[in-house]
Amino acid sequence: MPVNENVNADNGSAAEAQATETKQWKPRIVAFCCNWCSYAGADLAGSSRLSYPAEIKIIRVPCSCRVNPTFILKAFERGADGVIICGCHPGDCHYSTGNYYARRRMALLFSMLDYIGVERGRTRVEWVSAAEGARFSQVMNDFAKKISELGENVKVGDLRCRQ
Amino acid sequence: MRRIGVFVCWCGSNIAATVDVAAVVADAKVQPGVVFAQDYQYMCSEAGQNIIKDAIKEHQLTGIVVCSCSPRMHEATFRKAAAAAGLNPYMVEIANVREHCSWIHKDKEAGTEKARVLMRAAVAKVMLNVPLKAGESRVVKRALVIGGGIAGIQTALDIADAGFQVDIVEKNATIGGRMAQLDKTFPTLDCSSCILTPKMVEAKASENIRLITYAEVEEVGGFVGDFKVKIRKKARFVKEDVCTGCGLCMAKCPSKKGLNEFNMGLNNRPAIYIPFAQAIPNVAVIDKTQCIKLNTGKCGLCEKVCTAKAIDYTMQDEFIEEEYGAIVMATGFRPIDASKFDEYSYSTCKDVVTSLELERIMNAAGPTGGVLLRPSDGKHPHSVVFVQCVGSRDVSGRGKPYCSKICCMYTAKHAMLIRDKYPDVDVHVFYIDVRTPGKNFDEFYRRAAEQYDVDYIKGQVGKVWEEDGHLVVRGVDLISNEQVILNADMVVLATAIEPDPTARKVANMLTASIDTNDFITEAHPKLRPVESPTAGIFLSGVCQGPKDIPETVSQAGAAASKVIGLLCKDKLTTNPCVARSDELLCNGCSCCEKVCPYGAISYDTHLINDHGVKETRRVALVNEALCQGCGACTVVCPSGAMDLKGFSNKQIMAEVEAICL
Ligand SMILES: Cc1cc2nc3c(=O)[nH]c(=O)nc-3n(C[C@H](O)[C@H](O)[C@H](O)COP(=O)(O)OP(=O)(O)OC[C@H]3O[C@@H](n4cnc5c(N)ncnc54)[C@H](O)[C@@H]3O)c2cc1C
Ligand code: SF4
Ligand code: SF4
Ligand code: FES
Repeated sequence: MPVNENVNADNGSAAEAQATETKQWKPRIVAFCCNWCSYAGADLAGSSRLSYPAEIKIIRVPCSCRVNPTFILKAFERGADGVIICGCHPGDCHYSTGNYYARRRMALLFSMLDYIGVERGRTRVEWVSAAEGARFSQVMNDFAKKISELGENVKVGDLRCRQ
Repeated sequence: MRRIGVFVCWCGSNIAATVDVAAVVADAKVQPGVVFAQDYQYMCSEAGQNIIKDAIKEHQLTGIVVCSCSPRMHEATFRKAAAAAGLNPYMVEIANVREHCSWIHKDKEAGTEKARVLMRAAVAKVMLNVPLKAGESRVVKRALVIGGGIAGIQTALDIADAGFQVDIVEKNATIGGRMAQLDKTFPTLDCSSCILTPKMVEAKASENIRLITYAEVEEVGGFVGDFKVKIRKKARFVKEDVCTGCGLCMAKCPSKKGLNEFNMGLNNRPAIYIPFAQAIPNVAVIDKTQCIKLNTGKCGLCEKVCTAKAIDYTMQDEFIEEEYGAIVMATGFRPIDASKFDEYSYSTCKDVVTSLELERIMNAAGPTGGVLLRPSDGKHPHSVVFVQCVGSRDVSGRGKPYCSKICCMYTAKHAMLIRDKYPDVDVHVFYIDVRTPGKNFDEFYRRAAEQYDVDYIKGQVGKVWEEDGHLVVRGVDLISNEQVILNADMVVLATAIEPDPTARKVANMLTASIDTNDFITEAHPKLRPVESPTAGIFLSGVCQGPKDIPETVSQAGAAASKVIGLLCKDKLTTNPCVARSDELLCNGCSCCEKVCPYGAISYDTHLINDHGVKETRRVALVNEALCQGCGACTVVCPSGAMDLKGFSNKQIMAEVEAICL
């Protein structure tokens, strides 16, 4: 669990505000979905009415390899509690190799994020095909559950600026 | 100044039931940059589109957001509407509040909140959109077919029939492929050559078809409508236009010990040969590894006997460069190597043969003149055991995980043909399942089992070995659960089929995707079965997955119709959401070039004016026609020079910020 006091470290109105806040806390989750597989998988989850928590918001990218690590850092800086990247299954990337780049890049980024305090559970790469609406919903439910268990995230930021 | 309009669709009650549409409109109105917001029951309807068009004109909107169904559904519709009102169509963003929101969230409060956030993210993005222009590219009215089996031949014939030029590149000295090697074909048992050779002749005779045999594709550049292909035509050492196919040279050639590939190595052929009597082109070729003249400088007999003066020992590989609008892959298959399955003693016992070898043995033009004889001693066999699924449906890693699809049927065919011609021969078939899901297929199999008395044994064979001049087959009968030991004079292995070994190389050149088994992947397994996900690349025949001849021919026709549809167009519009590098920031490091799957990035030296300092620098340049807009390059660029139009760093950042607000 992250050290919760950090969250409101810059917020003077201490404990009680925090108590109500934790009660109302709803996770903020960003899902990057590649246009060809996972975004279509999310569409299929929708048309099959397979629900997942409304806290998950999808950003469409052409390919999982388009996700720049800075997008993820930005999300955590702005208070996201979890970020998930979805692409086509290995070998199925519309652009042949994009998801391989994404997979390697994210492995590195996630271990660095873990090191600076964004636990492994808050970041994830998943392959969801356009035909896997059920899987999309299941992955999202599972991820949201994990984030709820981890609780509110510490905003990533430059500690030196926090005076 | 940006002037954004937001249009929120009810989609009847599809959206409005779980999203408070009015609340989204109200929230939109207070977003920075938004000057107009409205909801309507069906935005995609004509009346809905008119609302959008009118608002664009009336409020001089510079960008619009439509909160509606998935952009995969109606992005094109709204872009068209925008364009009709004079707005650049790429100044449109869609907030997917149906599939990604109203349809999955039952709670109206949560749904509305999410719809608001999605709307804000789309507004934040569209604030950064820039007008883009879709380019146009030409369509070269000529198609290339790689592979001259029945798949390639049929595709080419159909394209030629529609009046377009087609080239067939075939790596062997003749077209025809595997079908030329077959004896009779299921389910009708008509002779393979009798139905194939007329098609080969037709291909040769067609004015619109050029056959480039003994050739391979060497390089592919370009893109849909405008591919540039370099073809290597290997030296035959025989002038194709001069040789009459008389075959005198074959008779005189003293180097006769080459393995006859067409007969699956069951007999030999001379160093100069015509693959088979009906070969097209009917022209000899010299095997340069075997020819005495080419290796030692002596001999030269064929040159002396050739009355047509067709032999040329100095011939070199030739290169043909041609442009094509579309490319069809039809590279077919080969049987897997049966010697990997030691338990069947294929590599040690001559009388253990593969099914394709049996096709040659049964064929009147084959090594035994069509008489069923044991390869070891040329004697008539009295008992033949077939083993199905050799290396198919094998998840151990030795074989192939998939079903080769044709083996059940051709084994039934072989069993029936043998029983028909030689009623004294006992025929046993070991099978895991008999799969006959084709028109008249099950009837065919039942005829083999019932009418021709073929002994079908459900079970697998554990071992085959030689003993006292015959073979012993040990297997298990799964129905009686007993071990079965049979004496056999011949064992026939129905080996799995795999894609031609060159398939991966060719697919890579074409940037066509390929699956883990090296079959070419279709754009959609159900709805786009003959197209590759790479635009302009089509699939025909077994290179896409195991199939028999009827299926191959129908797929060939389907691929041809797709090619014709493409070649009929005069111009193609290109996707404007492509990468672009900022030459002021680019340091010429080449990182981007390495990850681009389409080879779209090249370099040039430009005179750059960097804050008053003029210098020549090596900078990256994106070929917009080649770039498919994946964005791989943007992420590897260490200097932030590379960006993707339509999905720029700033746009995605803005979406992230809007969502995490
Ligand atoms: C033993 C056996 C029996 C069969 N019996 C029957 C039957 O009775 N009835 C039936 O319907 N089907 C039968 N089949 C299946 C039939 O052979 C195939 O369906 C058919 O041959 C597929 O045609 P194709 O053109 O896709 O592939 P192929 O026949 O393999 O043709 C591919 C062609 O492409 C060429 N090529 C490959 N790579 C390249 C390259 N890189 N560059 C240029 N050229 C290249 C090859 O040389 C070949 O000429 C049988 C198959 C086997 C193995
Ligand atoms: S966006 Fe993709 S296809 Fe386009 S240049 Fe970059 S890496 Fe190549
Ligand atoms: S990666 Fe970036 S800096 Fe390097 S060559 Fe490409 S655009 Fe230029
Ligand atoms: S297009 Fe889906 S991961 Fe590349």
